[in-house]
Amino acid sequence: MTDPSVGHASPLPPGSRAPDFQLASTPDQRVSLAEFRGSPVILAFYPADWSPVCTDQMALYQELLPEFRKFNAQLLGISVDGVWSHLAFASDRNLHFPLLADFEPKGAVARAYHVYRDEDGTSERALFVIDAKGMVAWSYVSPVGLNPGADGILRALESLKSEGAAA
Amino acid sequence: MSAGQSEAVLTVPVSEGRDHIQGSADAAVTMVEYGDYECPYCGAAYPIIKEVQARMGNRLRFVFRNFPIATSHPHAERAAEAAEAAAGQGAFWGMHDLLFENQRHQHDEDLRSYAERLGLDLDRFDRELVEGMHAERVHEDFMGGVRSGVNGTPTFYMNGARHDGGYDVEALFAALERAASSERSKSEKVAQSPPQR
Repeated sequence: MTDPSVGHASPLPPGSRAPDFQLASTPDQRVSLAEFRGSPVILAFYPADWSPVCTDQMALYQELLPEFRKFNAQLLGISVDGVWSHLAFASDRNLHFPLLADFEPKGAVARAYHVYRDEDGTSERALFVIDAKGMVAWSYVSPVGLNPGADGILRALESLKSEGAAA
Repeated sequence: MSAGQSEAVLTVPVSEGRDHIQGSADAAVTMVEYGDYECPYCGAAYPIIKEVQARMGNRLRFVFRNFPIATSHPHAERAAEAAEAAAGQGAFWGMHDLLFENQRHQHDEDLRSYAERLGLDLDRFDRELVEGMHAERVHEDFMGGVRSGVNGTPTFYMNGARHDGGYDVEALFAALERAASSERSKSEKVAQSPPQR
């Protein structure tokens, strides 16, 4: 299924247990994946605060927060930037969801999800939807310069919801 | 459904009854733009689209749909609703053009002055904006765009396929011509090929 032209990395595939993490979202707050157990989580890895494509992508996700909320899903942005950059970026761009600092050890969470780019020292532009039990339900790596949009995320959330209804 | 997403395609077909359309349904190419009236890139694309429309004439059908990213552009939602309110009075394209020609002036009083300039019924225009009568329509456009893979503005679709290339005059014109000729060869094939099975 993995098309090498789509991105460099093969992200952690569906069915894998999503590696837990604890990362700072502000200078005095940490967010762990485990605390969202029971509801879906959208992990959006992006290469850097302030880069033009990220800006559009994160603004689009901010706009879609009410849609994600319909699925009871929590959105988390992750990059290797530090908390101070994240704070300034979120306030400048009006983003109201956590941006996590995969900063020390640098890129450790991106590596655990197989989306770290050694050559650039940043993560891929990668999306994961994690189900309520903490398993990867969907993953996607986009070419770094291309905004992946949100249709894949919404499709994954919908299929989780219909599986949940069927179970 | 891991990696390898299919190429993004327009999931909401163009509707003569619902969409804002310039050009005829039998044009060789239909180009749909998802745009935001306050987005500078859409503003830059506006005269370029006028230019390709002039070049292609009746071979191009152009459709505009709303994709306001309010997070970045605080006036974009209201501007989109103003264009829809104008549409209710038969003046969508007049408002669309005024909004793109005055991107830095999209406060409520500016929107009202454009409505006045277009000779709209101002009481009705004001009421519809205050009541948010067109908010749902704008949101439907937005979500249809999201489901079609719109990832920023402007995003263009040519005969239903997302255009991922540039949008200066030459790039857009070349892509439209390509879409037109592939459409022509498709319909010739349909006409020539014997029925299957």
